[in-house]
Amino acid sequence: MRTLLFEDRIEPGATWSHVLKRGTALRLTDVEGGANVGALFYNWENPTERYNMPDTLKAQHIARLTSGDVLFSDMGRILCSIVDDTAGWHDPLSGCGNAELVESKYGEASYQEHRNAFHRNAYDEFLIELAKYGLSARDLTAPLNFFSKVVVDEVGDMRFVTGHSPAGATVELRAEMNVLVILNTCQHPLDPNPGYAPRPVALAVLAAAPVAADDPCRIARPENARGFILTERYAL
Amino acid sequence: MTSLTAVMLPLVESRLNPSLASYDAIVAAGDPWIHEIRRGQILRIVDVEGNQAADTLFYSANDYSDRYSAQDTIRAQANIYLTTGTRLMSSQGHVLLTIVADTCGRHDTLGGACATESNMVRYGLETRHMHACRQSFVKAVTGWGHGFEKRDITHNINFFMNVPVTPAGKLTFEDGVSAPNKYVELRAEMDVVAVISNCPQLNNPCNAYNPTPIRVLVWDPS
Repeated sequence: MRTLLFEDRIEPGATWSHVLKRGTALRLTDVEGGANVGALFYNWENPTERYNMPDTLKAQHIARLTSGDVLFSDMGRILCSIVDDTAGWHDPLSGCGNAELVESKYGEASYQEHRNAFHRNAYDEFLIELAKYGLSARDLTAPLNFFSKVVVDEVGDMRFVTGHSPAGATVELRAEMNVLVILNTCQHPLDPNPGYAPRPVALAVLAAAPVAADDPCRIARPENARGFILTERYAL
Repeated sequence: MTSLTAVMLPLVESRLNPSLASYDAIVAAGDPWIHEIRRGQILRIVDVEGNQAADTLFYSANDYSDRYSAQDTIRAQANIYLTTGTRLMSSQGHVLLTIVADTCGRHDTLGGACATESNMVRYGLETRHMHACRQSFVKAVTGWGHGFEKRDITHNINFFMNVPVTPAGKLTFEDGVSAPNKYVELRAEMDVVAVISNCPQLNNPCNAYNPTPIRVLVWDPS
C-alpha cells in the first residue's frame, strides 16, 4: 500500500503550485471528465532549468505524452516521469490561452458580478503563480495540457478531440528531482465548447519507490536511460 | 518515410533584388548571429548549400519578455508547419513577423535546438564536448547585453528542417525538403531582435552531417 501524503483539489479555472519532492508522485484525477490541466515544471534548486517541450518530444520521438514517457528539462535531465495514465494522451503542442482568447470565445465575466466563477485565462494564471516564486513572463516556456488530445493530420492540421478524457481518468507524475509544479485548470485553448466550462481536478501527493533498474520509464528507450543517468548524477 | 510528393508544398518566390539589400552577410557553419530588424524591413535567410538548419528566435525589440512562441504560432493557424502566410506569434499574442516568401515550402518549430545536454540524451554521454545550437544562442544573447540571459532562450524555428508529426502522435525527422539556394523571407510587423544559430549538429542527418553557411539579407521598406 502506498503512503498518501496529502490530497488537494483545483477548482475550475483556478491555479495551484507545489514543490514536488524527489521520491514523491503527484496523481491528477479528472473528476467530472473533460478537464484540462495546463502545466509547467522547473528545477526547484535552479529554475533556469525547466521543462523543455522540444527536447521532450525529440528525445522520445513523440507528439503526445502517456505512461512510460518522461518530461525532459533543457539540461538533459528528467523532471518527472509519467508512471501511470488512464487517459492515454496528453497534449504538449497547443500551449495556453490568454485574456484576449477567453474574452473572444466566452465573453466577459467580471469578479464583481460573478465572484469566483469569473473568467480566468491560463496565461495570466501562469504568470501569477510563477511570480510567487520570483519567476516572470521570461520564464514562461511552452506548457503542456494534461487530459487533452490534439491530433495532427498528414498535412499538419491540428484537431482537438472532444470527449477524450472520461470522468475518473488519472495520470501520475513521479518527481525525479525537486520540481516546482505550476498548474491551472483553465480550458484548453482549442476546446470548441462555446461556453466557459473549466472542470475541477483532484490531486494526491504520494510516496514513490526509488526508480528500479527495470523501471518502465527508464527502459522505454535508450534516451530515457541516459536521461536517468544524468538525473541520478545530479542527485549525488 | 512520409511521401512529400503526395503533399503539395506551397512555394512562393520573392521579387526582391539582393543587390538592393541594406544588409547582406554570410553566417558560417556553426556560428551565431544576432541583429535587430525594424518594422517593415524584410529578412531573407538563404540555405546556401542545401539541407542546413537555421535555428531562429525572435524577440520584441522593446520587451524581450514578449518573444516568439512556437505553440502560439502553430495554434493560431491550426497547423504545425510554417510557410508563406504564417504569422509568427509572440508569447503575448502579438504578430512579430509574417512569412512572405518561401521557396522551401515547410519549416519546423517543434524540434527545438540542439544542446550539449540533449545531445548526451539523444546520441550518448560522450557527445558533451560537441558544439551545439544552445551554446551559440547563449553566446549571442549574453553578448548582445541588455539583460538577455539563458532563461530567455525559448523554443525556436528550424528553418529548412522537416519534422513531421503522424496522426498516431509520433514525431519523426525526415530528409530535408530544402536544397541549395532555397530561402525564406519574413516581413517584420514590429521591431524585433532576431537570433540565429547556424546549426553545428554532426550527429544526425539534418544537415547531411556537414554544416554549411547560410546567407542573411535585410531590405528596407520600399
